[in-house]
Order: sequence, then C-alpha cells, then structure tokens
Amino acid sequence: MRSDRHQSAPLGLKIAAAAGLLFLHLPILLIFVYAFTMEEKSYQWPPPGLTTQWLAVAWNRPDVWSALGLSVKVAAVSTAIAMVLGTLCAAAVSQTKFFGREVISLLVILPIALPGIITGIALRSAFSLAEIPFSFWTIILGHATFCVVVVYNNAVARFRRTSGSLIEASMDLGADGFQTFRYVILPNIGTALLAGGMLAFALSFDEVIVTTFTAGQQQTLPIWMLEELVRPRQRPVTNVVAMVVVLVTFLPILAAYYLTRDGDQVAGSGK
Amino acid sequence: MTTAVSFEKVSRHFGAVRAVDAVDLDIRPGEFFAMLGPSGSGKTTCLRLIAGFEQPTAGSISIFGERAEGVPPYRRNVNTVFQDYALFPHLNVLDNVAYGLMVKGVGRTERAKQAEDALKLVQLPGYGARRPSQLSGGQRQRVALARALVNKPRVLLLDEPLGALDLKLRENMQEELKLLQRALGITFVFVTHDQGEALSMADRVAVFNDGRIMQIGTPQDIYERPQTRFVADFVGSSNVLSPDFVARYSGKRRWASLRPEKIRLAEKAGQGVAGTVRARSFLGATNRFTVDAEGTRLHVITPAGQPVPEDGADVSLVWLPADLHLMDEPA
Amino acid sequence: MPAGSAPVILPSRGGIAGALSDIFWRRPKLLLFLMLTPPLLWLGIVYLGSLFALLLQSFFSIDDFSGLINREFTLKTYGELLRPANFDIIVRTVTMAACVTLASAVVAFPIGYFAARYARGKWKALFYLGIMLPLWSSYLVKIYAWKLILAKEGILTWLFAKLHLSWLLDAWLSLPYVGGNSLSVSFTGTFIVFVYVWLPFMILPIQAALERVPGNLVEASSDLGATPGQTFRNVLFPLALPGIVAGSIFTFSLTLGDYIIPQIIGTSRLFIGQAVYAQQGTAGNIPLAAAFTVVPVVIMGIYLWAAKRMGAFDAL
Repeated sequence: MRSDRHQSAPLGLKIAAAAGLLFLHLPILLIFVYAFTMEEKSYQWPPPGLTTQWLAVAWNRPDVWSALGLSVKVAAVSTAIAMVLGTLCAAAVSQTKFFGREVISLLVILPIALPGIITGIALRSAFSLAEIPFSFWTIILGHATFCVVVVYNNAVARFRRTSGSLIEASMDLGADGFQTFRYVILPNIGTALLAGGMLAFALSFDEVIVTTFTAGQQQTLPIWMLEELVRPRQRPVTNVVAMVVVLVTFLPILAAYYLTRDGDQVAGSGK
Repeated sequence: MTTAVSFEKVSRHFGAVRAVDAVDLDIRPGEFFAMLGPSGSGKTTCLRLIAGFEQPTAGSISIFGERAEGVPPYRRNVNTVFQDYALFPHLNVLDNVAYGLMVKGVGRTERAKQAEDALKLVQLPGYGARRPSQLSGGQRQRVALARALVNKPRVLLLDEPLGALDLKLRENMQEELKLLQRALGITFVFVTHDQGEALSMADRVAVFNDGRIMQIGTPQDIYERPQTRFVADFVGSSNVLSPDFVARYSGKRRWASLRPEKIRLAEKAGQGVAGTVRARSFLGATNRFTVDAEGTRLHVITPAGQPVPEDGADVSLVWLPADLHLMDEPA
Repeated sequence: MPAGSAPVILPSRGGIAGALSDIFWRRPKLLLFLMLTPPLLWLGIVYLGSLFALLLQSFFSIDDFSGLINREFTLKTYGELLRPANFDIIVRTVTMAACVTLASAVVAFPIGYFAARYARGKWKALFYLGIMLPLWSSYLVKIYAWKLILAKEGILTWLFAKLHLSWLLDAWLSLPYVGGNSLSVSFTGTFIVFVYVWLPFMILPIQAALERVPGNLVEASSDLGATPGQTFRNVLFPLALPGIVAGSIFTFSLTLGDYIIPQIIGTSRLFIGQAVYAQQGTAGNIPLAAAFTVVPVVIMGIYLWAAKRMGAFDAL
C-alpha cells in the first residue's frame, strides 16, 4: 500500500509488468508440478496423476549422486580461488589510482562478456596444444576464471562505499597495514565477499557451456542434465533433479541478497 | 624549549601542483594552533604531513625534536580528528574509542576502563554500546575526539572538526574544545577555513594561501596588523586601501588596512573623507554601510542606535590615524 | 589524562608483520604489484593465453585429404566462412540475435519502468528478487521447463485447445521458416526460449537507467501538455536508451554464442555456437571452429564500440 503522495501506475503498465513477471516465474513453477507427475514417457499436460515415488527413485541413483558430488567439489574449489583473486583485484583497483586500472577491470569482465563458448573452446584448444589431459583441475581452471568477476563486482562495490578515511583513521590510531586489514577492511567488506562467494558458487554449480569443453568424460550435474535433455532416458528422474537444482540455487542467491541488501546491489550483470 | 612541531622548508608537490611550498613553521608545546585559509591553500596538506598521511617532497619535519619523515602514521604518537569523523561503522562506540588501545595490545578490561573515561571526558558517559549510526553529528564528533584522546597523543590534529555542525552546536563545541585543551595541556593543531573560529579559539594562527604561510601571529596580530592584502581581506574583511589613497591621507605611499568598525560618521560635513552611501544593512547589534569615497569603496560598521544615513546620502568619514594600519606589502 | 610525555615516534611493532607493514607503507607500488600478480597471472595466462591460442588456430587450415591441421599461416579458413552453408549460419544467428534483443527490450521495458518508478519499499525488494531469482536460477532447468511447455503434448497446446484457439497455433506452425512440427522444434520455440532466458539481463540495465530519471521530469512533460505517448517518445525513451543498449549487449552477445538452446529447442539448422561445437568436436576442424568464434567477437566489438559512443556503459 503506497501512500497518496505517490501516484499510482497506469493500469496498462501494471498489467504489462505483472505479465512480464509471470512470464519469468511460471515456467520455473511448472518444474515443481512435473516432479510429481505419474507420466513416465512424455511431457503430457495436465499430469494424469501425482506421486512422490520419483523422489525415491532419484535418491537411489548413483550417477546423480556422483554428478552432484563433482559439481559441489568444483563449485567449492572454484569459489575459493575466485574469492582470493577477485578480492585482490578489487582491492588493488579501488584502493589505489594507477595507470591501467581500466584495463584490469576489462580483463576481469571479459570471461563473462564474451560468449561462454569462446572461453570454452579457447581453453580446450589450449589444453590440447599444451597436451594437458582433462581432469578435475581443467574444470576448475575454466570455472574459477569466470567466477572471479562475480566476487570482484561485489567487492569493488563495497570498497567504493567504504570511505578511504576509515583506513587512514585506523593507521592514525596505531594499526599497521595487517592490523588495519584484519580489524577494519575485512569486517567492512566481509558480507560483500560472502555474497560474492555465494553467487560464484551458484554460477559454477550451474555452468554447462564452458564445462562441456573442459570436463572430458567427467559428469557434473549440469552435464548430466544436458545429456538427459538431448537424449531423454528417464524423464521423471530429470524432473526431480531439475526441481532440486532450482531449490539448491535459490538458497545462495537469497542469502547473497540479504547480505548486501542495505546499500550496494547484488551485481546482477555479474553473470 | 623544544617545539612541538617544526617544519623546515617543507614542500609537498603533486606533479605540477605545489600544495605546500617551502613552508617554515614552529608550533609550541601546549599551544592551540590554528591553520586558516581558503580551500586549496595547503593547510590540510600540512596537517596530513604532520599525521604522516603525506610525505614531504622536500624539507624536514620534526615532532618534539624527532625527525618524522618516512615514519608511517601508525608509529607516530599523533592523532587526528577527521573532518567526516571516520568512525568505524562495524564497531560500537566503546570499541571505536578503544581501537587505538586494542591494536597496541592493551587488555580488554583495561581498555574498556580507559575508553569509558575518555567518553566521560567528552561528556558521553554510558554511550559505549551504541552504534555510530545511532548518534547525532555532535555526538559523533565527540566520539571521534575521545577516540583520539584516549591514546594520549603528544599532538592532536583536528581537520575542520566543526564544519559539519550547525551554528549553535558549533559555538558550544568551540568553547568545550578550548577548555579541554587547557585542561589536558596537549598541543592542538586545528585546520579551518572559518576565520571567526580561528580567531576565537587559537593561541596563534597561521594564515595560508597558495601553499604558503602569509602570516603567523596571535589573533590580535592577525586581525589588527595584517601584513598583506590577502590577510587583511581574508581575516575579518577589512577595507584594503590602495597606496594612492593612503598617500593622500597619511603621506606614505603604502598599502593599508582599515577595519570597518574603526570608521565613524563625522558629525559635521567637510571633515574627513566625503562619500556617498550606496547600500546599508541592519545586522542586529550593528549597522553596516557601503560608502563610495573618492573612487574607493569603503565598508563601515557602526553600533546600532547611532543615526543611520539614507541610501544615497552624502556623508563624511573619519578615523584615528593610528587605526590606519600600513602593511608590509610593497606598493 | 595528563599531557603525554611518551615518545613521539614509536618503534615498529616488531616481527615479520611489523617489518612488512613498514615496507609496504613505504613502497605502496610493491604492495599493488603483489596484489595484482596472482589475478593477472591467472587471467593473463589461463584466459588471454587460451584466447590467443584460439585466434592463432583460426589462421591455420585443415588438410582436406588427411584431415590434419596444417600449421601455416593462411586466410583460407576465413574464406570458408563465406561459403553459402556457413554464411547462412552467420546470417541466421545474427537475425535471431536481433529479433531476441528487440523482443526482450519490449517485454523488459514495462517491468524495468514499473520497478524504477512505482515500486517502493517492500514491493521494490520483491521486484528485485523477482528479477534476480530467474536470472540466477539454473540455465538448463529454465530450458528444460520450456521443453516441457512447448512439447506437442505440453501445457501450451493444452491451453490453446481450452481457449478454442488450436487453429491459430496450427496456422502459425504451418508457416514457412518460423513454423514446424511443434513449437519445440521450430524457430519460434528457439526465439521464445532465448527471450525468456536473457530477459533479466535486459530488465536490470533499463531499471538502472530509469532509476536515474527524476520522477518530476515525467510530470513536467505532462504538465507542459504532452500526451502519455509523447512523454514516452520524447522523454522516457531517450533517457532509457542507454539502459536498453546496455541490456542489448548482453542479449545480443549471449544469443550469438549460445549453442545449447537451439540444440534442445529448435530445428536442425545450425547457429554459430552449434557450428563451433560441431566443427571442433565431430568434424575435428579446429581452425574453422576458431574462425567461427571470431565472428561473434568481431560483431560484439563493433557493437560495443557503437554502444560506448552512445554512453551505454554508464547504465551498467
């Protein structure tokens, strides 16, 4: 309920905005219905009946579990690397004025600004030129590269908001560089870093385009899903996995939102 | 006696910009010293040079006889009250005040006790648990003061600390700062662009312009005996009289300053300098006129209650010869 | 507290941390260098190195008989891009990217405008999450959802039947080029999914651009006698344009490079991304794949240059 001071939106605009939001959300909600459908062979609507049996079937699938395990491991390691690199970069760019900071910003953003397929094929051809066999670490190389930007964006926004005189005040009061970092900088950028880390995790957990080029025979959860999409074998299990993926990715995003809501925005363009 | 802060030919250049240019300065121990000047005149850079945030490009700085160049701010027993206070938003008031003690390794109970004492000193006892964001501007200013004083600095630097406060609060704080400084005996160095503030609080004032010190002296010196046109104009908006004008009335071809309140309206026409009233305004305790006299524009301030001439009236202005202050600046 | 008689210059804190602190304080450039080295090494070697390797390969060619890569500098591979079959792929992809961008802007504008101008307090937060959640939720799941929706036996066919509009759907599907057996194997389906998946990338910059328009500007315009249509054309649209251009950078670039959406929803005719994937994978023609990837890079380069001149980057 808005107060009278704000004029109300024209009806047409309200309808268009509401329709747009419904367009964004209905398809995702549909996943939740399909996870419980009795139909096995097609995508029939409306579902002939509802059941929870597929949850149990999916739970007992070792291939789903191993793909999930790999995805979580990849996301955790990539996020850790991205947080270190992204924070260093953000600190350097925002604490000091130096020649070339624009170039560095561009370099960090490039891996997501260019289509994923370019990053993917570039990495793959580099691996084959350097004769590096596919492994867990080849996936990490790709993921950490594009996760850096998410952490970087969040950290830069917070650094910008943290007044430079706080650092001077800390030094003035007798804290050296390390103490200032520990007692002033870290507490002030902590939540932004955590938010960046959450988003990086979500990004890595979901990534498929680059991964198809760097994984070789390994299966992350998105690659497992992609194969099910191209060659559907067990649709009900795919439905359940899709629902779980939606739920799992929502949590870090909501958490990131609550960590950064007062002030800087969760860097939306960071995907 | 040693000096508290001593600058010898100190310069700080940023590329081609000479923020501070060959400044010599001696600040005495226990003194309340003001650096006064317009923005960009180099006063804040001088303060930052003492704090250690800037390093001189030439010259030497010593603090109580010890050379300070190349010493980081965290190793100087000098503390600053920042213009925007720079209170740590993630710490409560007590932890803010205790910060300096904490990084020096003072134990928890001891630093809580000292911090609480410092809060009492600035008349904020019991505010320790609050967040800086819950305080008013004046209260934040006091916390910033307590946070600096708790470290028992040899020199306390204040960068326009009253700039963000409203008039009433500002006058109270001026008095309080003055009393605090007397009680503690710490050397205060105070940067301001407000000449009233500098004159009313400081023991001595340095007037800055273009990276140089124009004049150093007591407030009376600066106010009554400005040495340059800039000082006369900047401090108390004096009438600056040209050498030609001065030659006609005193016989010496020199720049001179004449305080508006030293000029009186002559009772009879024909005395003194003839002029025409161009504008007038009522200021409460005084009246202020602008008078065009023989090609020179003069400001005149008279106590309220005296007769007030009309706009456009012809008047004669007189002053005591001793009040016409001849300046050092060459004609 | 009495006046201090403590030393004025304190000794260093001691230990390695104290010594390092002093060194870094004296030489801030050293600290900067140390901070930048790890990320620049990573991005420079892993990422830029790979990109250069890729670019290099596009100047190699493949031997038609042996199928081996001939490592001699040639522009022959780029010439192959102009062969009708390959050139068609480029034209098709660019056309799709343009259509997707246009449609995204139309759908996104009301949402961004409403969020920027009318949503307040709790609603603002709700709108923000309402855009962020679809943006960040799983890309594959979103595509999968549309596979469910667009399937012949799916919800959309059912909905058209319920509304007695099946004839309309059939008529559309019988059209050449945009039609097909069902929506999930037609360009229409590909188009809808592209718009859906990239829409949040358009909404956010439009909203950001409109947030900066003071509300009273719109009131001033109507106060001066402009109709809502005139206000939109002369005030709102020009002010939102940098946001639209910024958003279009995403929608355009993402569409140019995507190979999964057209593979799962659409016809058997290829897009650039699919061509790259096929050339480097089954065909083993890495030089041609590399040359194909240069196309979106060049197009985006031109696009970014034009966008920069329009001031679109301020709205990011």
